[in-house]
Amino acid sequence: MMLSKGLKRKREEEEEEEPEKEALAVDTWWLDPRLPAVAQAPPAVPSNSLLDLSVLKLHHSLRQSEPDLRHLVLLVNTLRRIQASMEPEATLPSVPSPPEAPGVAADSLLASSDAALSASMASLLEDLSHIEGLSQAPQPLVDEGPPGRPSGGAPPGLGALDLLGPATGCLLDDELEGLFEDIDTSMYDSELWAPASEGLKPGPEDGPGKEEGLELDEAQLDYLLDVLVGTQALERPPGPGR
Amino acid sequence: MAGEGRARGGAGAGLRAGVLGGGAGRERAPDAPGVSAGAGGGGCPAGGNDLQWCFSQVKGAIDEDVAEADIISTVEFNYSGDLLATGDKGGRVVIFQREQENKSRPHSRGEYNVYSTFQSHEPEFDYLKSLEIEEKINKIRWLPQQNAAHFLLSTNDKTIKLWKISERDKRAEGYNLKDEDGRLRDPFRITALRVPILKPMDLMVEASPRRIFANAHTYHINSISVNSDHETYLSADDLRINLWHLEITDRSFNIVDIKPVNMEELTEVITAAEFHPHQCNVFVYSSSKGTIRLCDMRSSALCDRHSKFFEEPEDPSSRSFFSEIISSISDVRFSHSGRYMMTRDYLSVKVWDLNMESRPVETHQVHEYLRSKLCSLYENDCIFDKFECCWGGSDSAIMTGSYNNFFRMFDRNTRRDVTLEASRENSKPRASLKPRKVCTGGKRKKDEISVDSLDFNKKILHTAWHPAENIIAVAATNNLYIFQDKVN
Repeated sequence: MMLSKGLKRKREEEEEEEPEKEALAVDTWWLDPRLPAVAQAPPAVPSNSLLDLSVLKLHHSLRQSEPDLRHLVLLVNTLRRIQASMEPEATLPSVPSPPEAPGVAADSLLASSDAALSASMASLLEDLSHIEGLSQAPQPLVDEGPPGRPSGGAPPGLGALDLLGPATGCLLDDELEGLFEDIDTSMYDSELWAPASEGLKPGPEDGPGKEEGLELDEAQLDYLLDVLVGTQALERPPGPGR
Repeated sequence: MAGEGRARGGAGAGLRAGVLGGGAGRERAPDAPGVSAGAGGGGCPAGGNDLQWCFSQVKGAIDEDVAEADIISTVEFNYSGDLLATGDKGGRVVIFQREQENKSRPHSRGEYNVYSTFQSHEPEFDYLKSLEIEEKINKIRWLPQQNAAHFLLSTNDKTIKLWKISERDKRAEGYNLKDEDGRLRDPFRITALRVPILKPMDLMVEASPRRIFANAHTYHINSISVNSDHETYLSADDLRINLWHLEITDRSFNIVDIKPVNMEELTEVITAAEFHPHQCNVFVYSSSKGTIRLCDMRSSALCDRHSKFFEEPEDPSSRSFFSEIISSISDVRFSHSGRYMMTRDYLSVKVWDLNMESRPVETHQVHEYLRSKLCSLYENDCIFDKFECCWGGSDSAIMTGSYNNFFRMFDRNTRRDVTLEASRENSKPRASLKPRKVCTGGKRKKDEISVDSLDFNKKILHTAWHPAENIIAVAATNNLYIFQDKVN
């Protein structure tokens, strides 16, 4: 992955620049607990270890099954800030100029890792919206009159999916089986689906079917999945005293 | 689902006596042994206008080994202050009730004992995302009491539930169609009719879920707030705020949506939201960038555009890489008067006058000594901790938590502040809490504690203040401390 490549480069580079690290005006308290607390002057340049740390944290946060959005956004913004201040042309009066040869190497490494980093972060954030689109649960009733946006609404282009009304026991519906044949459900654990219905085919059996491509368009797929979520809800016992 | 919410321990005596019944497997004992509580009376007199806080009670296991599920995640008094609710990471809600004044036991006046315990949220599995939905209770908010029963809203990351807590102390006897053991009587054997009579029984407190508000939040719910109209409430997640009617569960109205079309452009999230205590059309929400937006639902149905925008300009001299993280607001609360609001960011508490958007009217430093430690706090993720804050009943004092089980109180009138500690060692009955001090450098005085010795695992994130009296509840990991004012 892009991120880990960037990480490796930084560590190698860090060993070269070891001597100058001490001179950077950054809180070093955490590096040596025996040192007295250092009042933090506004750091002109972050240490490479701060960048490493931030990248590590971002990586770790994204690896969570459901990333904490606030944590993620704060990390990304901080990382961007660190990146921005590591630009070679920034005015850094307190930083001693690095030796020529490693400096040039460092600049190009920074430049390339910046681009990689930005691209990675951008694509990772974009992934989050894809996750949302896939699982957006429906609000079955759309109220046109009152103000505000009703959350969810009538999905467009139902077409052949009209038969999948939530009132029908659609998990056992024969037509549904046919629709699922084209969809690669291998990413979903088959055991989880089994108790809910006997109609769905267990396990990945696609093979060549995978390559046929989805016959449903994205909106129809969304609706289909939404309905399944809604059906799941129907199977729970109703609450008392509604 | 009818049986789900019943208080464990059933009809047996003991819930009011503070004994936790039932198979919940909880260790939360009513009181720590040897530290039985008493409130008020005796001791040193309070000095002037200063509040003299004293230990009253502590709830929870003493074990060093804390079960993750027992960690308290929210604390809230109800409108009268007679009930105190806590939620934990295990999805359970425990409600404590204040004992009535009893002439025969003057010293136990105001003691809180377990009233009801129930499992509010269970761990769920989102089949589409293959994700577990945490059962941790993020927030509890009480509804104003309208009849004999009590209602509260509790929420986890995705689902909000309305719970009804009601007492039953009578049962009917003498049915015609069934025996006392419930068996149906043969109708041909009934020769006379009788009127069932109500007989007293041991008090049973039942909790039942009355409404479940689900499937309206894609992101994690961080706040719920009941409107002053007592009919609607809002729920906020990272990117959206929804408005609900308490009677209607199958739809909600989205009133704020800050999700960018392109998620790559996401730079800010919603961190907290609250309705104004008196104006039912006004609410505020805070952001991860340290801003607060006040919205008026009358001006537009979609409140994406705010009516007021509160932000303090950044101090250029204290700018660092962590500036944004520490400016992220973790809690926003209106004062009881509705004239002010208070925000909590990582290092400070700020009081804002709703009529002045340019800067807060007061800034109180909670633990400024941490400013030089931000890098290490970033490394161990403490910098992302979300502290709450609360107002005293008269709005003259405010309180918030810190690390090392310290919590801070600020008197807005006298401009004095104090650091206190919630610990078992300082938990003698009716003992006054001794002010604590953190030593920031140089020679450490006798009772001071140095910054480096602070325990960052002991965080006080959740606190609550009785709406009318000087009684506070402080959640320290899995323990709930209750302190009272000496004069009280």
